[in-house]
Amino acid sequence: MGVIEGIGYLAGGFVVAAVVGMFAHWFDRKITARVQWRVGPPLFQPVYDFVKLLAKEVMVPEGASRFLFLSAPLFGLAATTVVSALFLRTVIFPGETFVGDLIVVIYLLTIPSQAIILGSFASANPLASLGGSREMKLVMSYELPFLLVVLVPVIKAGGTIRLGEIIQYQATQGAVIASISGVIAFVIALICMQAKLAKVPFDAPEAETEIMGGAYIEYSGVALGLFKLTQWMMMYVVPLFLMILFIGAVNWRQSWFNLLFAVLIYIGILLFITLVRNTNARLRIDQIMKFFWAMVTPFAVLAVILAFLGL
Amino acid sequence: MSLKIKALTKSIWVFHLAASPCNNCDIEILDLLTPRWDIERFGIQLVGSVRHADAILVTGSMNRKAHERVKRVISQAPQPCFVIALGNCACSMEMFGASYNQMHCLDEVTKVHAYIAGCPPKPEAMIQGIIALIEAQLAALKK
Repeated sequence: MGVIEGIGYLAGGFVVAAVVGMFAHWFDRKITARVQWRVGPPLFQPVYDFVKLLAKEVMVPEGASRFLFLSAPLFGLAATTVVSALFLRTVIFPGETFVGDLIVVIYLLTIPSQAIILGSFASANPLASLGGSREMKLVMSYELPFLLVVLVPVIKAGGTIRLGEIIQYQATQGAVIASISGVIAFVIALICMQAKLAKVPFDAPEAETEIMGGAYIEYSGVALGLFKLTQWMMMYVVPLFLMILFIGAVNWRQSWFNLLFAVLIYIGILLFITLVRNTNARLRIDQIMKFFWAMVTPFAVLAVILAFLGL
Repeated sequence: MSLKIKALTKSIWVFHLAASPCNNCDIEILDLLTPRWDIERFGIQLVGSVRHADAILVTGSMNRKAHERVKRVISQAPQPCFVIALGNCACSMEMFGASYNQMHCLDEVTKVHAYIAGCPPKPEAMIQGIIALIEAQLAALKK
């Protein structure tokens, strides 16, 4: 693949993720408002928020590590953009992906969390470091079951670690979710996604009402805008990752209806995230760890065993 | 440039600064978020950190202790940021002005961009005050 083609994919991936992510953020806020019997913000609200943040002053707190504080948002944004570009290529040409892109995606998807941890520790604020340490524990909590359930489609597709082959397997042999192990794995993946996106009940690192935005407390202007944009883009990237792994619905080559089907599933997943976030209370970080390690991980192991048995 | 101004007026994040209030204004501020008034329609949100704020809503007549803190918090906000005095106490110290523990009125400490009077002001009055602030700022920028 040439350099120009690569830049094209990166730019395309960024634009798609930013636009869909902004829509997802608006959808989230609008549904929240409707659940609370309010009207909610207009469609272009995320655009206004982002442009406004670009125009604001950037403040670096006294005692903060200036370079790390300002570069942390860039790490997260860059990683999300690369994942989005990889997905774009996987969806357009499922046959031409490289070996191991699944592992690359899993690695890249943890970088936004690491950016939050770095940024919060660099900002020299006690509440921010509290948020950062909570984010660290959150990552440790959900990453284990998440990795286990990602193994299920890999085992089903005959041990491949190429996203394209997983999509092609599901196009010919039926979706992974149409089996017992697939259903268990998908439900666990949805729970892990809620934690990955740091939404209620797993929003302990942010906790607006408790530690006042936690990791983001010292961020302002462009830096805050980039963090927000990364968060919104994650709302596109992570659900798409689950759809590729478990449903394979993005296979538009078979028929264009699959694309419509994929959009409907995506909106369904967004609706699920929003409704869970509106009907639950925030868990403490120790409760989150207990939940993931004691309750979710055994089911994830069960799903992997069932997948090995071919169920 | 016009896009920037439009975005700023369409997405005002408000930081609520309670400078020794009696809590009446604060309850009325929360009314703005309820289904009846739903200020999120206009993109206005309450935020937890002053670094995210586009407007600082000050309630209460500042006493001796609150005085320094208010100055510090306002200096921590990124520009452009507007200060709104909410309620009679923040506007004019009301009947507490002659008290032993009061030093200065809010507008003697910092520049105040909008005054919303009332004890407490109704949510409609607050919405009107914010609209007046936006219109005044737009008119000032056009000049």
